[in-house]
Amino acid sequence: MDTNINTFEQLMKACIEQGKEIYEVAQEIMAVDSDLKVDQVRAHANRSLFAMKEAIQVGLCSKELSMSGMCGQDCFRVQERFNSSPALFGSTFEKILKYALATSEENIRMGRIVACPTAGSCGILPAAMLAVAEDCNYSIEEQLNALITAGEIGRIISSKVALAGAVAGCQAECGVASAMAAAAVCQLRGGTISQILNASALALKNILGLTCDPVAGLVEVPCVKRNPFLAVHAITAVELALASVESKIPIDEIVDAMEQTGAMMSPTLKESSQAGLATTKTGLEVQKRVFG
Amino acid sequence: MKKTTLYDVISPVMIGPSSSHTAGAVRLGLLAKNIYKNTPKKVIFKLYNSYAHTGKGHGTEKGLLAGVLGLGVDDRRIKDIFDSEISKDIEYEFQYCDNFKYHPNAVDMTFVGEDSQMFISGESVGAGEIVIRKINDFTVKLTGKYNTVLIVYKDMPGMLSQVTSTIQYHGINIASLYCDRNAKGQQASMIISVDGELTSEVISTIEEVPNVYFVSYIEKLEN
Repeated sequence: MDTNINTFEQLMKACIEQGKEIYEVAQEIMAVDSDLKVDQVRAHANRSLFAMKEAIQVGLCSKELSMSGMCGQDCFRVQERFNSSPALFGSTFEKILKYALATSEENIRMGRIVACPTAGSCGILPAAMLAVAEDCNYSIEEQLNALITAGEIGRIISSKVALAGAVAGCQAECGVASAMAAAAVCQLRGGTISQILNASALALKNILGLTCDPVAGLVEVPCVKRNPFLAVHAITAVELALASVESKIPIDEIVDAMEQTGAMMSPTLKESSQAGLATTKTGLEVQKRVFG
Repeated sequence: MKKTTLYDVISPVMIGPSSSHTAGAVRLGLLAKNIYKNTPKKVIFKLYNSYAHTGKGHGTEKGLLAGVLGLGVDDRRIKDIFDSEISKDIEYEFQYCDNFKYHPNAVDMTFVGEDSQMFISGESVGAGEIVIRKINDFTVKLTGKYNTVLIVYKDMPGMLSQVTSTIQYHGINIASLYCDRNAKGQQASMIISVDGELTSEVISTIEEVPNVYFVSYIEKLEN
């Protein structure tokens, strides 16, 4: 098969011509390009899936602070509150917030997580995908299909734009994670290929321009709390896409816009901590306290 | 641009918080260990720029040491490596430096053995990807993605073809090749990355090529 698929238009065409789902095309591309069997590709994805679940379970039980002392107890606070006072939007919503915080707090306390696509955005996809999978009883195989679908979205975006805050800002990290999460959840919910691509498009389009201005240069503020925000953002995109709401701008063009926006973004706002939140009065005070 | 794969976006499983400052640091240590091969008595790490400034908050020092000691990027022991049993037999020292001629996330590692030293310099170039740029005086380019052989030899006509034909004879495909020399007719180095593996038989055949001074086989990183 032709594995040279680097745009969503090509992916859509391949799916239609071969009568396959996105994850089927994705796992075959990986297998052919790397001399693996499809089963091995799924086994690799399964290791990531297992590690995502483990990070959530460990993170839910920890109150340990990060090395800087800035973060590490918000997941605990949120759980305390939900125990006494349920969230307005129900238990799946609660889980999404808890799981995203649990995972990203594990990350900053040097716990074990899955970079998906990056470490700073590691809580977004697992939170959205696993909260929905648990509450709607989707099987492990269905979760793997969703994870591989999400991976293909990230892969195609990264063939145009490096998924790094230093290159294109946070739109390329948490923004892409949210687009991947939208694809995963839309796949779980039985969305069509077109709906899945629209879910990703809607999520990405509505986060364009997001800067990367972490306080003290650490993956903590605003990164940790940005994870639950963008996990919920993904669900909004899925619900719209499943109603066949379409992004007026096709996803390939949104990726082009993201690349252009990233290139035009000031270097001071791309992981260099020279502007934005990092250089606020409080941001600078924190930096002084942590690094002297 | 290098083609990214599905695995690049849904893995690795790693110890946080940063792919460049934590996982990248572990991988730099691991690849340096594969180059040095022995267990060193002491390692001196010189961290540059962003590695020097924000390394502490990202566990960069812990990652580098853990890598040199052979721990993978997903090993939970990285977090407490300074207090761990596995680090008690090795001496280590960290130095910090600003030098804008260097990559933002660069590190020089000096491995000190009983009676020898090796200097290895590398960079964490993003998303956990790394490049080793220098081994002793030689400019190299090692990413840890392929099994690689480093050959130091006398700069003279025909060396490249002799070595590559040896590899070809064993039916192995060369993925990339990089040469450098100190000066015309002096010591030169060749870095050959291959698909698959090179057996010890191939390595010893390369060692027997006249005017080859030194051959080292550097295994790729697991993840």
